[in-house]
Amino acid sequence: MSAARVGVVTFPGTLDDQDAARAVRHAGGEAVPLWHADPDLKGVDAVFLPGGFSYGDYLRCGAISRFAPLMGELIPAAKAGLPVLGTCNGFQILCEAHLLPGALMRNAGLHYVCRDQGIRVESNTTPWTSDFTEGQEIVLPIKHGEGRYVADEATLSALEAGDQVVFRYTGGNPNGSLNDIAGIRNEAGNIVGLMPHPEHAVEDLTGAPSTDGRGFFSSILKSWVNA
Amino acid sequence: MSLDTVKRAEDTPDEPQPYAALGMKIDEYERVRAILGRRPTGSELAIYSVMWSEHCSYKSSKVHLRQFATKAPKSEALLVGMGENAGVVDIGDGWAATFKIESHNHPSYVEPHQGAATGVGGIVRDIMSMGARPIAVMDALRFGAADAPDTRRVLPGVVEGISHYGNCLGLPNIGGEVVFDPCYIGNPLVNALCVGLLRKDQIKLAVAPGPGNKVVLFGALTGPDGIGGASVLASATFEDESQAKRPSVQVGDPFMEKLLIECCLELYQADIVVGIQDLGAAGVSCATTELAAKGTGGMDVRLDLVPLRDPSLRPEEILMSESQERMMAIVTPDNIDAFMAICAKWDIPSTVIGEVTDGGRLVMTWHGETIVDIPPGTAVDEGPVYERPFHEPAGQVALNGDDPNLLGRSSDLRATLLELLGSPNLASKEWVTSQYDRYVRGNTVLAQPADAGVLRISEVMPGAEETTRGIALATDGNGRYARLDPYAGAQLALSEAYRNVAVTGSTPLAVTNCLNFGSPEDPEVMWQFSEAVRGLADACKILGVPVTGGNVSFYNQTGSTPIHPTPVVGVLGVIDNVATRVRTGFTGDGDKVILLGDTDEEFGGSEWAHVTHGHLGGLPPQAKLESERDLALVLTEAASRGLLTGSHDLSDGGLAIALAEACLAQGIGCTVSLTGDDAFVDLFSESSARALVTVRPESFDAFAELCATHEVPCYGLGATGGTTLTIENVLEVPITELRETHTATLPGIFG
Repeated sequence: MSAARVGVVTFPGTLDDQDAARAVRHAGGEAVPLWHADPDLKGVDAVFLPGGFSYGDYLRCGAISRFAPLMGELIPAAKAGLPVLGTCNGFQILCEAHLLPGALMRNAGLHYVCRDQGIRVESNTTPWTSDFTEGQEIVLPIKHGEGRYVADEATLSALEAGDQVVFRYTGGNPNGSLNDIAGIRNEAGNIVGLMPHPEHAVEDLTGAPSTDGRGFFSSILKSWVNA
Repeated sequence: MSLDTVKRAEDTPDEPQPYAALGMKIDEYERVRAILGRRPTGSELAIYSVMWSEHCSYKSSKVHLRQFATKAPKSEALLVGMGENAGVVDIGDGWAATFKIESHNHPSYVEPHQGAATGVGGIVRDIMSMGARPIAVMDALRFGAADAPDTRRVLPGVVEGISHYGNCLGLPNIGGEVVFDPCYIGNPLVNALCVGLLRKDQIKLAVAPGPGNKVVLFGALTGPDGIGGASVLASATFEDESQAKRPSVQVGDPFMEKLLIECCLELYQADIVVGIQDLGAAGVSCATTELAAKGTGGMDVRLDLVPLRDPSLRPEEILMSESQERMMAIVTPDNIDAFMAICAKWDIPSTVIGEVTDGGRLVMTWHGETIVDIPPGTAVDEGPVYERPFHEPAGQVALNGDDPNLLGRSSDLRATLLELLGSPNLASKEWVTSQYDRYVRGNTVLAQPADAGVLRISEVMPGAEETTRGIALATDGNGRYARLDPYAGAQLALSEAYRNVAVTGSTPLAVTNCLNFGSPEDPEVMWQFSEAVRGLADACKILGVPVTGGNVSFYNQTGSTPIHPTPVVGVLGVIDNVATRVRTGFTGDGDKVILLGDTDEEFGGSEWAHVTHGHLGGLPPQAKLESERDLALVLTEAASRGLLTGSHDLSDGGLAIALAEACLAQGIGCTVSLTGDDAFVDLFSESSARALVTVRPESFDAFAELCATHEVPCYGLGATGGTTLTIENVLEVPITELRETHTATLPGIFG
């Protein structure tokens, strides 16, 4: 059996694509580069939207990327059930594309923040978190200036009621996110967005002093095998 | 205004020209007339004025900087030395590293955010123009007193500028320095360092060979940014005129720069670039003259083809514009289409603006009329060279005689430790560094607050040999030491950066420097400069690490008061197996804590004298270069043999601060006792050539033997473990209290 193929999207200004591809390979998957201007998902089994400053964050973070030719393919595929993970700028793009509800605003402290952050896994019912246990406390780096999750009250209640909050910050909210939300999923559960960076926490030698990010990649590879 | 053509210049020899306003002296202007045999056109005057500015020509520093070449130690690692955009060093397995540090001081005072941001952008393009992928940045910063009102304007802006530009480029920021001293209140220092990686066979140079080859300008459009910046802003003291010069600061677009990086790397990969140069200070003037002068010597340029953001720009302004994110490449005609296609893929505007000729002259036209016709070498290499007078500053003897050992010493060493640990220079810099992305690209092995940044170098570029190697980088500089003795101060800056690289287990290989001084027209400043260069060149020779490039920043003064002379030195090292790198501080319980090196009573320029007495006098610690070399040998060998579990360099604040920082690294305490007969000296003296290491008890004998072999003094102080820093019979502080003191200071000031 061949390895699961995980597409890693590069927009102009994407920065963490090489890290995401490396993390996929380390977990035993095949990383397939996807180019923003090429409307072709290349038959991948899942898609990783990495962080960065796509289009320089001009207009609004993720607002321009959402209209890239590749997104014309990705949006219907995601709605049809393709597993998609967006981290940081990828999360912002998923919100701009209305694949996830709510929006990411400027950090409450008004500064970019790079730090190793405590996170609690609230839900392991997504294909990206099945290898975690519910309530598991992990450490992942965050690095963003616009990560304050906001949504109107009705949306927020629906997210909480529907078990759609997947990650919450612990040990101090770094950006003023409502309900300490660090990441959410769509109703179906195949689309997950979060501000922290699992791809920077997969190796002992490099990145954050944690390898908790591995769980994301082992989860998606297992989901693919079990599908 | 009518176009000032060569023909018109010939016809109107007596027309007055604004050379003085462009920063040129009368004899420099006369020299241009002599070279050309006529008066220069406005465009030619623009070119000569920027190319002969202090910033571009090093006219006051050149005679001294030559020592870096004449005294350079033999180095098999050196592939490209001084004079190119950046030096290149062989790091083994077919890989090379290129690195350089450069100042953006004056713009960062005028407009902190953009000044600092474009400082990062400029140094990154220098590294790109060597054919390398930029892989990390670091910054050496100096500000006025932390609590001074203007520091609250300058520091947050500078940090935000570096943060926004560097983060958006996707370059990890792996270290640097933040130092406060009242002498920098009107002249903050923003020195930005970038390191890049390339295959040894891929080095690019700024040359334009081959008549018929095309000259391509690519990247951002040209606008009225920083016009006159090179000569006016970067080289002249701005006293009370800074308001009038505000528009001179360039504005950066990191998104364009990120695309430019990826575009250049694809161009290099396709091997379709003959020569390349970034557009920095002096923009098109500098790029065309330098490329032409180092090639066949001739180039025809149609200046009206330069794509403009502001269509009203005059040719003189285009020549002087410092618009950011621009590069110039020399491409053979048969590769032009491929070149343009790669640029189009990355949405990078690119335009052929001329071609290489064998005429020996740089000729520029504007809608068919000739406006520049010069031998390009005269602008690049034949600028004025000054042997400026220098003498020891009045009061230097008195300063050196002001003995710091006569200052009162508190008997409460616990309170002294906490006072120092919480002082702005020694307090945690997390408020600054948490605004920088240190993880992007996934190769960061060590970053701040580690002694040196360490990067894994595999997985950076396709087509190169697999390697286990890593590189280490550190910058250091101590203006107070250099004020007391610039010769020793420069050597101590090198010693500390060299030691910081060595404590990670890496072997120091090469040096870059940023020499920040006052006005070269002040003989006392010039003495400081000449002493610092002499000291650094002598020290490089002894340590066996060549200077590969750098930057001089003069005119860092307000009125007639210069900053402390501040040579900032960057050292690059290599580690054969990056997995053997040594982490900073205490990393586990039950390790033996060892002090390497001897401690003397040395308080001149010390952090203790500065913080507790506001005192600067006496002599700085002795620079012990042979001891530094031996210490580095012990550290690198011990690391490669896996003997070390942790390490930390001793510097500002001495052993006391090193122990506190080692405890704070991972929240692991220690119990130690002092070996000397004066606890105060043991704890706070800043003697050089010292480091703290930890080893497992079973490795102690092997380590002690290694120290004995290299004659490095080795003192067992105690063991790691517990939740306190305990110095027996002297003091005990819980780590929680250390942390509170260490982390509260900067947020308390900057919010």
